[in-house]
Amino acid sequence: MEYYLQLIINGLVVGSIYSLVALGFVIIYKATKVVNFAQGEMVMAGAYICFALTVQYQIPFALAFVMTLAFSVLLGLLIERMVLRPLIGEPIISVVMVTIGLSSILKSLVQVFWGTQIRVFPSILPQEPFILMGLPIAPVYIAAFGLCILLFAIFSLFFKYSSVGIAMRATAFDQQAAQSMGIGIKNIFALSWCIAAVVSSIGGIILGNINGINSQLGHLGLKVFPAVILGGLDSLLGAALGGLIIGVLENVCEGLARELLNLGGFKEVASFVVLVIILMVKPHGLFGTEEIERV
Amino acid sequence: MSLLNVQNLEVVYNDVVLVLKGLSLNVEKGSITTLLGANGAGKSTTLKAISGLLEGEDGKATSGTILYKGKPMSSKSPEKTVRQGIFQVMEGRRIFEDLTVEENLRCGAYTQPAKNFSTNLEKVYTYFPRLRERRTQLAGYMSGGEQQMLAIGRSVMACPELLLLDEPSLGLAPLLVEEIFDIVKKINKEEGVTVLLVEQNARMALSLADYGYIMENGRIVMDGKGSELLHNPDVQEFYLGLSHGGEKRSYRDVKHYRRRKRWLG
Ligand SMILES: Nc1ncnc2c1ncn2[C@@H]1O[C@H](COP(=O)(O)OP(=O)(O)OP(=O)(O)O)[C@@H](O)[C@H]1O
Ligand SMILES: [Mg+2]
Repeated sequence: MEYYLQLIINGLVVGSIYSLVALGFVIIYKATKVVNFAQGEMVMAGAYICFALTVQYQIPFALAFVMTLAFSVLLGLLIERMVLRPLIGEPIISVVMVTIGLSSILKSLVQVFWGTQIRVFPSILPQEPFILMGLPIAPVYIAAFGLCILLFAIFSLFFKYSSVGIAMRATAFDQQAAQSMGIGIKNIFALSWCIAAVVSSIGGIILGNINGINSQLGHLGLKVFPAVILGGLDSLLGAALGGLIIGVLENVCEGLARELLNLGGFKEVASFVVLVIILMVKPHGLFGTEEIERV
Repeated sequence: MSLLNVQNLEVVYNDVVLVLKGLSLNVEKGSITTLLGANGAGKSTTLKAISGLLEGEDGKATSGTILYKGKPMSSKSPEKTVRQGIFQVMEGRRIFEDLTVEENLRCGAYTQPAKNFSTNLEKVYTYFPRLRERRTQLAGYMSGGEQQMLAIGRSVMACPELLLLDEPSLGLAPLLVEEIFDIVKKINKEEGVTVLLVEQNARMALSLADYGYIMENGRIVMDGKGSELLHNPDVQEFYLGLSHGGEKRSYRDVKHYRRRKRWLG
């Protein structure tokens, strides 16, 4: 029993990181209809920058964290400006291909600068586990989960109450109508990429603190697909729950397979199997919008 | 004083389709001016050329000038035109269906300072009490008439000087059309907003408007005071469905009439 509880907790923590990355993915998709295949590499870029600042330049973690976020904003702006803005109006498939290219570029850059071996962040939180209802939980897990929840809360408020957040939702619904309101949609696009880059970096930094990082970290981007599709490509709540569900599922499936069948490697497929089943029942995902139909 | 003056405007879509072929019109400050014409005449295109919304449709103004307050303003982006006081209510209402009524209104107020928000909101709710009742409802679930009110409400939030209204009567029951037009008139009078109104419903539009233009195929073919056009036999025959007997005439005759009128006048 305890074994499974532990699996679930691990799943929730990893899942909350998936949620965060999925949030970035969904924001870009909603605002620009671009499926960003470089999302995982944005996670990786943030993680490596933070690693370089803390380990190689010995900058205190808190400061390094803030600097990494600033870097992510720049990265988001740069990608939007250099890569995507020239493609406005081009077929969506071209744009998607470009994000795939972008993912290779980011990955190669990381390998050029930092190689392919695993890098470990210095531990910033105490190692002594917390005991919650008899279960030992690493403080970094609690911090990770808490941070993800906090970020989701902030973004929910942002999209619900701030002018810019509402404008982003309006732009997602109808770009031309948004323009007719005086909303600068190019700024909205740029902002979407910045937010996506920032949340991805935070995800990367958290992962680095839990597991360490290597140049394969970008594969995380693939995990985000089942999460967002499960949640419904355009729903923030869906991204949050989709990420958590995928995280828990893959950990529990892996654990079950190991215990009962003595097999490993289920982690990678479990989420995709469940995804297929759910989509057969609910093709728009759990929370995706079906068009409003008036009668 | 002229608020908006369009001279010999030509608009091309996709670099090939010439839709406006030298259109000229003038909108006096404080007036309601209407632009009438059959489907596909280029009315919406004219409004989009003024507001800058052509940009996203691969349309270009290839020649001509648009003077706003006496200054040329071609090739401005739509967000700049909104900030200059020109607001277009697009054809088909184009409300943000998965936003609430009040969130839609906040979008209209996007370019306005936050401190004016509540006064403007109150203004909109006074013009359209029905929007107040539904302010937390998703806009997509409202009736067509309520959506049109919301679309006009959004424009009031932007405090425009020149309001471009594209077929506000589209798909509405006659009674509702009257209600909407009454409010347009009120907004014109009380807020001092100049209105350029595109309509299919020629009778309503002409009885409301100070001045009217009739366009066909990308050009203005006739213009005059609202009341004059309303009683003009050609307009009555072609746009108001009143017959004066005799064989069916084509639009070309209207142009002859116009030419004749010019020579005589
Ligand atoms: N984005 C576009 N690309 C290509 N052609 C267009 C585009 N928009 C409009 N047109 C063409 O331009 C012409 C004028 O269109 P416009 O929408 O301005 O007409 P309208 O007078 O508003 O008609 P309606 O009363 O039906 O709204 C039409 O022939 C239309 O097919
Ligand atoms: Mg039209």
